[in-house]
Amino acid sequence: MQQKLFDIGTVFWRDWVVLKRRLAKFLVSRMVAPLLYLVAFGWGLGRSISVDGGSYLDFIVPGILALNSMNISFNSITPVHAERVYHKSLEEYVSAPIWPDAFVIGKLLAALLRALLSSAIICALAFAFGARLTLSPLFLLVLALNCIIFAEIGFVAAMKINTFEEMGQVNTYILLPMSFLCGTFFHTAALPSLVRLIIDALPLTHTSYLLRALGSGQEASALSLFVLFFYCLVLYAFCVRFFRRLSD
Amino acid sequence: MIEVRNLIKRFPHRGKDGKQTEKTAVDGISFSVKKGEIFGLLGPNGAGKTTTIRMMTMQTRPTAGEILYEGLSTREEPQRVKELLGIVPQHINFDQDLTVGENMELHARLYHMGALERKKRIAELLDYVELSDVVNDGVRRLSGGMKRRLLIMRALIHHPRILFLDEPTVALDPQVRRRIWDMVQSLAKGGVTVFLTTHYIEEAEALCDRVAILAKGRLLDLDTPANLREKTNLPSLEEVFLQMTEKQSAAKAI
Ligand SMILES: Nc1ncnc2c1ncn2[C@@H]1O[C@H](COP(=O)(O)OP(=O)(O)OP(=O)(O)O)[C@@H](O)[C@H]1O
Ligand SMILES: [Mg+2]
Repeated sequence: MQQKLFDIGTVFWRDWVVLKRRLAKFLVSRMVAPLLYLVAFGWGLGRSISVDGGSYLDFIVPGILALNSMNISFNSITPVHAERVYHKSLEEYVSAPIWPDAFVIGKLLAALLRALLSSAIICALAFAFGARLTLSPLFLLVLALNCIIFAEIGFVAAMKINTFEEMGQVNTYILLPMSFLCGTFFHTAALPSLVRLIIDALPLTHTSYLLRALGSGQEASALSLFVLFFYCLVLYAFCVRFFRRLSD
Repeated sequence: MIEVRNLIKRFPHRGKDGKQTEKTAVDGISFSVKKGEIFGLLGPNGAGKTTTIRMMTMQTRPTAGEILYEGLSTREEPQRVKELLGIVPQHINFDQDLTVGENMELHARLYHMGALERKKRIAELLDYVELSDVVNDGVRRLSGGMKRRLLIMRALIHHPRILFLDEPTVALDPQVRRRIWDMVQSLAKGGVTVFLTTHYIEEAEALCDRVAILAKGRLLDLDTPANLREKTNLPSLEEVFLQMTEKQSAAKAI
């Protein structure tokens, strides 16, 4: 057990060393996109709109948190792709006597850290814009689950995809549409029912709704929580399996 | 003691006609290596040397066959076997986002070394190949030969009992090459088993207790360099090598 923790620590240490060196740059660059969303949609456009009797700003802050944590955690893992295909530096981990799951867990935790740091920035910016948002332990849990799910998707992509180009396509064809459609900027009720069927099955939709409910002090939907846990566990199994298969 | 029995590796492969087939990279080889021996695997490009090493170091799974290290099977005890091995790959595979020192430290941590031991050992090894000055440089900045030297030192951090060197002295200047030879010899004297591949036949002649000659995935012969010369009545190992591998491709051509 102790050795397993040590192995997780090793993998996490590597990512921390890299992040630490670029921490200031990382934090500043992470402010740009959310700031634009807040200005354009919350402050500019949102002044004339109200949703469910509240301000549009209050409505989109949980959505922005959800989509941003998705993007950051996914993109924190994508360098693993280059390490596998191009630099071959994953060979070190494959031939070392470590617990294979430790590689997966360490990478996921490092992505979680990056995504939570950038979420903290968004919360600070949102409060500065006058948004109302209640942070609770359950709120943080949902946010963390969302980060882990998309880090896992990034991990699976990094293990299975062979070219840089296709890696970019995951961003364009999967993450970008989800950013806008999964209950982040508007209710999914506004979508045609067939599209809605698909959108409602996606994890980001559940995260948006959970964060929105919890952020305004309402009850969380047990079904949505279950869906997130389900994605998290199933994807974890895939991550471990694909990592172990590197030595096939 | 290393025991390799009937090792086979086939890769999926698309043939000339575009059909999916299989390509046999290693075709049923068996041999054993004694403790403290320097064992050379020679063969032309594409003979299957790297594939053999990758199977022996558990980076790729054999299609069939068995590999035992002091009785431990790579299949049943992968973790325990991995602790024993040091690997110098044919290609440079450093973590490009880390410095020289951090790459070494990552390796030491992966092999469960404590903080004090890590520090001392890394300093000692960097010193040996005169890389102490670049410890805080990014690995991208090293010259080709410096990268090679670092690659070899990295494999030694955790005091492996068995050292795999896949063309270790490519791109090294003559002084450094001699230095690496000396090091390999003194490691073997200390009981470390060395398994190496090289295209420099004089390197194999100078270092190896026994050499195996591999071509198209099959072992053509395995003996001491002296015996190989004697058997074939040729003056140098290089001649032996050329004759054997030529014969084999001639046999294929007919
Ligand atoms: N991952 C792979 N997928 C498909 N074929 C492979 C793979 N790795 C190696 N091969 C094939 O297996 C054969 C043996 O390759 P290997 O790299 O073991 O040769 P080698 O003896 O190390 O050659 P060299 O002296 O050029 O390093 C080659 O025909 C190669 O194309
Ligand atoms: Mg090779």
